[in-house]
Amino acid sequence: MSLSLEAVTRRVGRETHIDRVDLTFEPGSFNVLLGRTLSGKTSLMRLMAGLDVPSDGRIVMNGEDVTGRPVRERNISMVYQQFINYPSLSVYDNIASPLKLARMAPEEIRRRVHEIAEMLHIEQFLARQPAELSGGQQQRTAMARALVKDADLVLFDEPLVNLDYKLREELRHEMRSLFATRNTIAVYATTEPGEALALGGTTTLMHEGRVLQSGPTEAVYHHPLSVEAAKLYSEPQINLFEAEVRGRELAFSGAASAGEQGSRFVLPTPLAGIESGAYRFGIRPSHLGLAPLADDDLEFAVTVDIAEISGSETFLHVSNDDHSLVLHLAGIHDFAVDDAIRVYAPAHKLFVYAADGGDGAEQHGDGALIRSPERPTTTGGGLA
Amino acid sequence: MTTRKRLVMTIYLLFLLVPIYWLLIMSFKSNQEILGGLTLWPENFTFDNYRVIFTDPSWYMGYLNSMSYVVLNMLISLAVALPAAYAFSRYRFLGDKHLFFWLLTNRMAPPAVFLLPFFQLYSSVGLFDTPLAVALAHCLFNVPLAVWILEGFMSGVPKEIDETAYIDGYSFPRFFLTLFIPMIRPGIGVTAFFCFMFSWVELLLARTLTSTEAKPIAAVMTRTVSASGIDWGVLAAAGALTLIPGILVIYFVRNHVAKGFALGRV
Repeated sequence: MSLSLEAVTRRVGRETHIDRVDLTFEPGSFNVLLGRTLSGKTSLMRLMAGLDVPSDGRIVMNGEDVTGRPVRERNISMVYQQFINYPSLSVYDNIASPLKLARMAPEEIRRRVHEIAEMLHIEQFLARQPAELSGGQQQRTAMARALVKDADLVLFDEPLVNLDYKLREELRHEMRSLFATRNTIAVYATTEPGEALALGGTTTLMHEGRVLQSGPTEAVYHHPLSVEAAKLYSEPQINLFEAEVRGRELAFSGAASAGEQGSRFVLPTPLAGIESGAYRFGIRPSHLGLAPLADDDLEFAVTVDIAEISGSETFLHVSNDDHSLVLHLAGIHDFAVDDAIRVYAPAHKLFVYAADGGDGAEQHGDGALIRSPERPTTTGGGLA
Repeated sequence: MTTRKRLVMTIYLLFLLVPIYWLLIMSFKSNQEILGGLTLWPENFTFDNYRVIFTDPSWYMGYLNSMSYVVLNMLISLAVALPAAYAFSRYRFLGDKHLFFWLLTNRMAPPAVFLLPFFQLYSSVGLFDTPLAVALAHCLFNVPLAVWILEGFMSGVPKEIDETAYIDGYSFPRFFLTLFIPMIRPGIGVTAFFCFMFSWVELLLARTLTSTEAKPIAAVMTRTVSASGIDWGVLAAAGALTLIPGILVIYFVRNHVAKGFALGRV
């Protein structure tokens, strides 16, 4: 069972919701669609499900064109962000309904319903009505109904958004184990980079109805191929600044950011080999530091805007006339607003992108990735 | 509640109940007593007035006729309005909002406007003086109302439930009958109640579109005017009996109506 979308486009009125999407999903794979609200994740899922028909392009399942086939005749299931169950049926009947419609033998239905209910820890609620369950239990019921019928394709449209933190962690963890042994294509939409990383598999970045990048989660995270992809796959958002490379020198665009060494630096060794020209540099908030780690770290002279302390971490927002940066620091750091401080960016952690209309853009395209940092060798990473 | 509040409430309720009380005691009095003077309780308590109604077919057939067209109208209105309301709540089509509003404008015209066309049409197709004629005529104002109320309830059901059902493999009719209708049961209760109410109290169309065979009770009641004057007691008994179906309907849908007022578009 494989699924591929070929130049799938969906237009509604004058708006293009999905723009020429080409994607292939392998059997047994777990795929995450990551994108902001309105980026087209739900629209794309509805097309995959057959709830909507694409304006252009083909949807091919197992080598068979299923583009116009109604949803009833496809073997898929879907879990929504809202907790969708049939309120007039008991939890048992809710889960059993797809099997009953498939005319399965009653003993087999009973066995399967109990099996899946046990996996999702709702077997003690089977006799209840969905309205008598908590949100988490309702969503488990919806998931059980989606998983009970061995669908070829299971779609999850931000299923954990309306749940509290603890439950999300728990269900997210279960999600992966539920699919570990199945030969089903799972597609999971989320707005959170952290969730995408935790779920693993492959990640597809969606932006304004287009696929920005698709590939194994790790690869996409460590090599976001465009500025937009880097922005999407970073939480808090990746820091971006413009600078120019002139021979053996690197200079910040804009004049105000003079540090001790001014706004000009000797081109750091890790960046050697980059041709002269204007570039956009990106660095993840956790890689910025308050002290230099190496001689060739880039230095920013900034003032503190706000320090958000969340538990044992601090998100420090700083800026000067040219730059606005966020630091993700471990531990609690107290800063007063308008404190003048220096912030250091290790050169080997920099992403380098072609600046719009810059010299690199002619070769690589606007905002294309030119250099990404080496993969971290330690196990530390995650969202860092 | 303070004593004063309770007092005000009691006075208000008594005030509301006075006409109904008067109707009831009149129905247990003889004509002489009704015309004789003011008595707060029947001197000679009598069931004669009710006996007249339950023994004379021209009286009790009036009730049966009224009931038959009211029930018929409720069934037709619901049968027509359920699919229509579903379409309005689920699909966007050309002019859907205009059509929805236009439906409501049917309620704005006085029924007298439609009297002549209905009368002529039903006479020529042989529907005149049948319960079906009145039931169909009442659809004029009950169907738009039913669509309006049901649409509100249906829009309260997330569209994703429909989609989940199709994904699970339900066919549309099966989904609609076994899953969707139970979900909007309060809405159907409220709609049925309003259809009943408007059809039950409507007099103009009901009287004009019938003559003898399907005469409604309200029209029958005008019969009591005779050469010997008005038969007040029987008239009061007939009036008291017209309250009963309404009370029964309200009793059965009271929970739904309360819920319906809170949820839907009433």
